Amino acid sequence: MERKKITIDGNEAAARVAFKLSEVIAIYPITPSSPMGEASDAWSAEGKKNIWGTVPSVTEMQSEGGASGAVHGSLQAGALTTTFTASQGLLLMIPNMHKIAGELTPTVFHVSARSLAAQALSIFGDHSDVMQVRPTGFGLMASGSVQEVHDLAAITHKASLESRVPFVHFFDGFRTSHEIQKIEELTDDDLKELIDDSYVHAHRERAMNPDKPVLRGSSQNPDVYFQGRETVNKYYNAAPEIVQKAMDKFAEITGRHYHLFDYYGAPDAKRVVILMGSGTETAEETVAYMTEKMEEKVGVIKVRLYRPFSAKHLLEALPKTVEKIAVLDRTKEPGSLGEPLYLDVQSAVIEAMTSENPPFEKTPIIVGGRYGLSSKEFTPAMVKAVFDNLKQDHPKNHFTVGIYDDVTFTSLDFDKNFIIEDEQATKCMFYGLGSDGTVGANKNSIKIIGGETDNYTQGYFVYDSKKSGSTTVSHLRFGKNPIKSTYLVQQADFVGCHQFVLLENFDVLGNIKEGGTFLLNSPYPKDEVWDKLPKKVQQQIIDKKLDFYVIDAYKVAKDTGMGARINTIMQTCFFAISGILEKDEAIAKIKNAIEKTYGKKGEEIVRKNFNAVDQSLANLYKIDYGNEVTSQIELPPVVSPKAPEFVKDVLAELIAGRGDDVPVSKMPEDGTFPTGTAMWEKRNVALEVPVWEPDLCIQCNKCVIACPHAAIRAKVYDEEYTKNAPETFKWMPARGKKDAGKVYTIQVAVEDCTGCSLCVEVCPAKDKTNPSRKSINMAPQIPLREKERENFEFFLNLPEYDRTQIKIDSVAESQLLQPLFEFSGACPGCGETPYVKLVSQLFGDRAVIANATGCSSIYGGNLPTTPWTFNKEGRGPTWNNSLFEDNAEFGLGMRLAIDRETEYARELLSELKDEIGAELVEAILTAPQVTETDIKEQRERVEQLNDKLKTLSNPRAKELLTVSSYLVKRSVWIMGGDGWAYDIGYGGLDHVLASGKNVNILVLDTEVYSNTGGQQSKATGLGAVAKFAAAGRPLPKKDLGRMAMTYGNVYVAQIAMGASDIQSLRAIIEAEHYDGPSIIIAYSHCIAHGYDLAKGFEQQKLAVDSGYWPLYRYNPENIKKGKNPLKLDYKGPKIPLEDYIYNETRYKMLTKANPERAKKLLADAQEHVNEMWKIYSHMASMDYSHFLEKQEDNN
Amino acid sequence: MDIKTKYLGLELKNPIVPSASPLTEDKDVAKALEDAGAAALVVHSLFEEQITSDTEELDHFLSFGTESFAEATSYFPEPTEFKLGPEEYLNHIATLKDTVEIPVIGSINGVSAGGWVKYAKEIEEAGADALELNIYYVPTSTELTGEEVENMYVETLKAVKENLEIPVAVKLGPFFSSMANMAKKLDDAGADALVLFNRFYQPDFDLENLEVIPNIQLSSNWELRLPLRWIAILYGKVKADLAATSGVQSHTDVLKVMMAGGKVAMIASELLRKGPGRISEILDDLKLWMEEHEYESIEQMQGSLSMRSVANPAAFERANYMKTLNSFRQPLI
Repeated sequence: MERKKITIDGNEAAARVAFKLSEVIAIYPITPSSPMGEASDAWSAEGKKNIWGTVPSVTEMQSEGGASGAVHGSLQAGALTTTFTASQGLLLMIPNMHKIAGELTPTVFHVSARSLAAQALSIFGDHSDVMQVRPTGFGLMASGSVQEVHDLAAITHKASLESRVPFVHFFDGFRTSHEIQKIEELTDDDLKELIDDSYVHAHRERAMNPDKPVLRGSSQNPDVYFQGRETVNKYYNAAPEIVQKAMDKFAEITGRHYHLFDYYGAPDAKRVVILMGSGTETAEETVAYMTEKMEEKVGVIKVRLYRPFSAKHLLEALPKTVEKIAVLDRTKEPGSLGEPLYLDVQSAVIEAMTSENPPFEKTPIIVGGRYGLSSKEFTPAMVKAVFDNLKQDHPKNHFTVGIYDDVTFTSLDFDKNFIIEDEQATKCMFYGLGSDGTVGANKNSIKIIGGETDNYTQGYFVYDSKKSGSTTVSHLRFGKNPIKSTYLVQQADFVGCHQFVLLENFDVLGNIKEGGTFLLNSPYPKDEVWDKLPKKVQQQIIDKKLDFYVIDAYKVAKDTGMGARINTIMQTCFFAISGILEKDEAIAKIKNAIEKTYGKKGEEIVRKNFNAVDQSLANLYKIDYGNEVTSQIELPPVVSPKAPEFVKDVLAELIAGRGDDVPVSKMPEDGTFPTGTAMWEKRNVALEVPVWEPDLCIQCNKCVIACPHAAIRAKVYDEEYTKNAPETFKWMPARGKKDAGKVYTIQVAVEDCTGCSLCVEVCPAKDKTNPSRKSINMAPQIPLREKERENFEFFLNLPEYDRTQIKIDSVAESQLLQPLFEFSGACPGCGETPYVKLVSQLFGDRAVIANATGCSSIYGGNLPTTPWTFNKEGRGPTWNNSLFEDNAEFGLGMRLAIDRETEYARELLSELKDEIGAELVEAILTAPQVTETDIKEQRERVEQLNDKLKTLSNPRAKELLTVSSYLVKRSVWIMGGDGWAYDIGYGGLDHVLASGKNVNILVLDTEVYSNTGGQQSKATGLGAVAKFAAAGRPLPKKDLGRMAMTYGNVYVAQIAMGASDIQSLRAIIEAEHYDGPSIIIAYSHCIAHGYDLAKGFEQQKLAVDSGYWPLYRYNPENIKKGKNPLKLDYKGPKIPLEDYIYNETRYKMLTKANPERAKKLLADAQEHVNEMWKIYSHMASMDYSHFLEKQEDNN
Repeated sequence: MDIKTKYLGLELKNPIVPSASPLTEDKDVAKALEDAGAAALVVHSLFEEQITSDTEELDHFLSFGTESFAEATSYFPEPTEFKLGPEEYLNHIATLKDTVEIPVIGSINGVSAGGWVKYAKEIEEAGADALELNIYYVPTSTELTGEEVENMYVETLKAVKENLEIPVAVKLGPFFSSMANMAKKLDDAGADALVLFNRFYQPDFDLENLEVIPNIQLSSNWELRLPLRWIAILYGKVKADLAATSGVQSHTDVLKVMMAGGKVAMIASELLRKGPGRISEILDDLKLWMEEHEYESIEQMQGSLSMRSVANPAAFERANYMKTLNSFRQPLI
């Protein structure tokens, strides 16, 4: 039977089958598995049915722990149930997995396998997570390609139902989960034929049912637990055969025959590699090359069924001639004898060789090695290196491949020039920015080629870790042969560079082959473009004799009403010159694809895209170049020569995209990195930057407080410093008596600015003659770059304002404090970072920060650089990220340690009072440490103490020296998003609030899981559309603040800087000063809200004016004074809710997708807002005077 | 007593028609209007520009920031279809047709030539009894001549008329050098009615923030004077029915419109202020007045104070201006 070919990624391939074979799906977002849950939620919302004709229900839980609990319950109650997860999420499921397996319950968890957080988090793929569930009793099935994911998903569901062994079906995160391939789709009929319904009925028969009650989950004692544990053996013994039979049945239906261990290679191979996952594809490709072209006797075993591990099947699959085996594990178990697959193979072979019927004449030599951690490239060169190692008489064991280990010398050398990509295939690379739609266009192209030709297709996309100005590299392959190259394109026939500036940042033509085609989006006319190219690029074009084409795509986009979107234009050019399809046919197909993609968004969008297609061809030029390098343009250094050594040596390599070459010795051993490094990564991502006009400035510093990237700064300083100022440096007399005679400057870091223009929006100073001119206006960056770089450097060297002289609860003055969080990779216009930066300004020089996983941990701690920095004294925030779920506890632990060490220091201080001097000891012990002056004085005392301690011979003095720094008050901050605070971390957060300890919790509330792409959390507003709430959230957001108030001793504030910066500032200060737990819930506008974030502060004001976002401060200190602790900082709903919410796509899209429901949800939401005002105003008006009376009575 | 009238070929039970306003956005309010006595409904306008900008906005923000970051390759779920454009409006027309028995008149404000015809046709297909072209256009270009503007109106009307079978009214503003000639041109082009006048929303200034702000004011009673005058002038000179809109607040206003020569008096601000029930009050007052003044029918009075019928036609021309000034001065003397 001819089946439909579809071009999809691995996640979709798994989700399609899982959805069809399930009744209940419990989900929670985690990269890279989230798209499986998203697709299922969307299909369920659309009413898609499973193979039994009913729509599976999809429920988002508060954590993976919760999801696995719900799965367990659902299975017990009789439904076919599945879930999707990865990494730490899978770890959180482990307790339930033991239960599910112990109860012999069929289910399949689909896992896009990912690294675990160890010395650092990584979102990328390896087998570290799935290896953790080996002891749970779950079976483990590995897929290596998108087709295999689709096929083995179905086989696993069948095998689980029949064996009663639950399974994890896994495939490599990103490499397979996000790789797009053309595959053959399994039909409902295929699946119906595959699944034997009698096993489904048996599953239901075993379900908990009050009509025939049973008890499961009993508690057993030493007498029988052990025996009970052994009862399952027969199921595990039978499982491998059941899986193989399922594979056989599948082969009958589809013709694709899998085995528990598939061997590929020479029948008489002497050297064999054993591995699982996507690496098997590359290994097969390499083995094919080595056996056919090099006549080597090599082979590869692809492990499909890893648990239950069938030694019998493995031994049957191995050629009898094998002499040496290399087992490759994509995981690391420090301290072990070897990684798990290696140990399993060792055991299997040795057990067999010591049995009565040894399978081989001579025991093969078996070595193990690690490869591909965190999606590290795994190429044919590396596979060959592994085979070459096996040629040795004593092959290296416990090796690594793919890195350079110059510390413990585990790594195998490999020949980078060993490239065996299919020459008949067309390989393409595209460099673009995230914002220009390059990836989307390429995905579209793959679908066109996959759908319209008989070519096999492959697409893989590499993104950098920044959320603003991020670069993307797309790797596409098309060809007549199946594509097994599960690694990046190594020799490209075609390179598209969609941004001229990337020529400076990357070796764009490094991988293009001789005679290849190079397409460049150039802002320069065709006659000028050659001379504008960097020297190196010209040389590459000449040397490699490239066909060189240019188009000014931005001009075409502008002329055709496409704005800044060049995706369709570049796609058209690609088809026009790559020759993959005949030109006219390609154009017709593109238009067809446009119709499909944009049709639902209206005719106008389709028309514009059509027009852009037509205009692209008219503006595409082939450039004739001579043989001369004419350019004088040298590539700039990656970082300034003034950068610290570590930045130049290591981080600069990462910035330049050469991180793969960094040797082990250069990496910190324990995950410790210096702060203050983002300042060296000059990204120049803004097309336009703010320019200060002093003549209008009122020195309010609102631009400074609003800037998400700390790229706009203010200083007040003595005028004499201006003597050496660069020519274009600006200043004006400082306002206010305090600063009489001094001058004031607003300076922009144009190379670090992301061009969001939030500063312009918040600037209140307008030109009376021309109100469109403000004191801050946007202007093109490039002409300003050189001068402003010099100005910013000069500015940084101006003295900082004396912190002790700043009135910190004034917005204008607080912004003279140095930000110790700067130039993060957050989205342009980010709503979170202004709060984070403000905390860093106020308390950063003594802050200890626990940061939940999420956006803030990514823009805060994703390599290469960190925005957290230090001041001239070297003090600054010290930062760590533990996990997603435990951040409040992590921060509390820090508090406990600080309290303990402080107390110990105080004890030692008292003990050594006579030797140190009573006066100093007393002063230190009784210091108030509230104001900046207090802190400064205490630091001076502690310095004095340290000097004194160094002179004392008493060993207790030495002891005190190790803890004396704790005598200066530290400020503990626990930061994270709403996904953490409202959902996964809520239990811990609640406990920490109840601890009474002095911690400050900052909840950056974007009302969705922003970092994983906008899934709903319990903070999502009523009526908002989010992933996992595709139909619009029907319930109001959880009132976290009100819940925290119920403790009575917790400082609680809800803030929105855009509505009231002064209230935000005061709340943060009060929270820090409050000697107990504090929680601040900060409205954070977000890219996932769907509007121009330049209007973020305006939207925040509307959120407050509509009553949606009550501003308040609940300060328990007031209770003691007989006052109501709750102070409302807003005046109730002043505007209709719709005036706020319908400015945002997250709400407005529901009016377009389901107008009736939108109307109802709006009415519900308005009612809720009104009700909230009643509740809050009532709470704020309650009389607390009796508390005072009670206190007086007590006195 | 007969208070029936005929407008756009439709038999109406009385001359009071709620004009295009947010009132008709809700089917329950529409029903209340009918119950209070409204003779027909003009549905709020379908704005082509709004449809286009909504489409573009949705497209922009659904794709903005996507495919930039490995963990978040998109930020929104994408439904398989959107009701972007006129579907919602067209469904609403159909709903209103199911809800009320009085005629339902669709209203449209287009931008592109294609848009006018396409949406007009769809409104007809959705079941509207008639269509009002709400031509809201502010010619700000110094290069655009009056003639070009006038032609645009005429061409739009012609294009729509060619494609529609239901009657078509044109709602227009008063800012033409020769209003009467403009009315004649539209009449010749096939307008079944002229609705006088469109109230251009005039923006206000926010002095604190130095910004221009949109500001919608409900109409006041004196605004009726302008349509009243022009209906009186045009009555009998054009075949098209005439309707007054802006400033109608009471039965006396309705009577004035009728006597000027209007077929219907359209009302919105008064209903927005006082609710749909106001129609029944006006109708009661109207009937009482007619009874007291011994009128038998509305038809009897239609056009009785028009320029053609009035004793002193000059009152509608310059002399009227002179007189007005004098009458204004007198109290000062």
